[in-house]
Amino acid sequence: MDYESLISDKAKAIKPSGIRKFFDLANQIEGVISLGVGEPDFTTPWTIRESAIYSIEKGRTFYTANKGLLELRQEICRYYDERFHVKYDPEKECIVTVGGSEGIDIAVRALLNPGEEMIIMDPGYVAYEPSIILSGGTPVRVHLEEKDEFKLTPEKLKEAISDKTKLLLINYPSNPTGGFMSREDYAKIVPIIKESGIIVISDEIYGELSYEQEFCSLASFDEIKDQVITISGFSKAFAMTGWRLGYVLANPILTKAMVKIHQYVIMSAPTAPQYGAIDGLRSCRDEVEEMREAYLSRRNYLVKELNDMGLTTFKPQGAFYVFPSIQSTGLTSEEFCNKLLEDQKVACVPGNAFGESGEGFVRISYAYSLEELKIAMEKMRIFLDNLKKNAK
Amino acid sequence: MDDKLLLAVMQKNARIKLTDLAATLDESKEDVIDELTRLEKEKVICGYHTVVNWDKTNTDVVTALIEIKAEPEREYGYDRIASRIYKYPEVETMYLLAGRYDFALIIKGHTMQQVAHFVASKLAPISGVTETVTTFVLKNYKNSGLIMIEDEDGKNDRLVVTP
Repeated sequence: MDYESLISDKAKAIKPSGIRKFFDLANQIEGVISLGVGEPDFTTPWTIRESAIYSIEKGRTFYTANKGLLELRQEICRYYDERFHVKYDPEKECIVTVGGSEGIDIAVRALLNPGEEMIIMDPGYVAYEPSIILSGGTPVRVHLEEKDEFKLTPEKLKEAISDKTKLLLINYPSNPTGGFMSREDYAKIVPIIKESGIIVISDEIYGELSYEQEFCSLASFDEIKDQVITISGFSKAFAMTGWRLGYVLANPILTKAMVKIHQYVIMSAPTAPQYGAIDGLRSCRDEVEEMREAYLSRRNYLVKELNDMGLTTFKPQGAFYVFPSIQSTGLTSEEFCNKLLEDQKVACVPGNAFGESGEGFVRISYAYSLEELKIAMEKMRIFLDNLKKNAK
Repeated sequence: MDDKLLLAVMQKNARIKLTDLAATLDESKEDVIDELTRLEKEKVICGYHTVVNWDKTNTDVVTALIEIKAEPEREYGYDRIASRIYKYPEVETMYLLAGRYDFALIIKGHTMQQVAHFVASKLAPISGVTETVTTFVLKNYKNSGLIMIEDEDGKNDRLVVTP
């Protein structure tokens, strides 16, 4: 049978990632020094692991409420209020999800109709566009620029909004650029959001990993709070990627619609991680801060090293990625990454994996120990020297 | 300069090269030297040492925890009697406690006899020391934030590349 012909139009419409080949290659080569991962190098704090283990020992192995354990939702809402000064009602405005990824999916599906437009950032995380396609909507890409440190400027936002725009998705601090929006930056686009009446999905998964400037949650602007769907989770700040636990915070009407999808597709987020996360929010403040400091010191180191090597790198204010320009080498992003992998067995991700505006850049993760980064930077230096020699 | 960050980095790895330390702090080498000198002078940084697992060497090292009851002195409280104890090189660590005992010590020696002899002949006779309890250590699992034994925990099996 021709199984290919059975695949739905929507599934077909999701383009296979152009860098899949590169990922597969990098994951196969022995002894690769990787700078390519999008997850923390830290193991989940023991307090969280122990609480989850205890919950299993106690036989807490059942479904939770669709929206998640009330105790956890209360902790999430308390945390968002204390840390980022946004108040949500744990009963009506919070859903515990299977990672931030599920949050994105249910938010888009609950709001986007076929034919409607959703604005996403380019370069941006790879999972946003497929969500739009699955809803039958149309992705509209805002091409961010290095000169703006990959911030969303009011000019760019205005240009992207049309009468078909329903949703805007922003992700600051950003994967892959490390770009950051301060309160002042947001203040420039908030009036546009308010006036246009669009709904904003704010993916704040890297919020805790903010450096010199204080993280600003978009919903902390009261005038647009109800237009914002806040998405976050435990993967990055609490080093809990494998647990798959996130949450969505939004006004009661939107929450109700998202719960409808969530309850049928997921039922409820896994139970043991929810118990672990309660203790994470209650007692892992120090661990989170310690990890943030480690990332900060590594970022400083990488930015200096890369600039010294001649790869222009702006100093990102958040997340754990730097996004150096490789244009001076005359190579495309993919050529650069392929050659680097071949020559020095160092893996980083070509910028164009995150959209065409990522061309000319590579994403380097600093979710690695300083010792590992040092070795990788030595190899990078040799690679660049070889490139120069060969060019002569 | 971000002292908190400097101390956090140094606490993880006191052997970090000055160039790298300056880079991680985003400061110049000269400024970092000045700051380190100041912190050392003010005893914020009290020293640098190597955490050794003696069990893995051919050297015999016996560790004991000693709890001491002592009588405080007028004007000096516990400080003067403490100074007569901590000056012994055998005393690796010393705390003043709130609780059933007044001091807790960590003592190192080569044999149990040596440690016992030190307690009996040096610590117990100190005037003002009224009681000592010696507890010998069998195994050191964790020291100064470092796990001292083989532990698979945190073995990193991340994929090489993920979005």
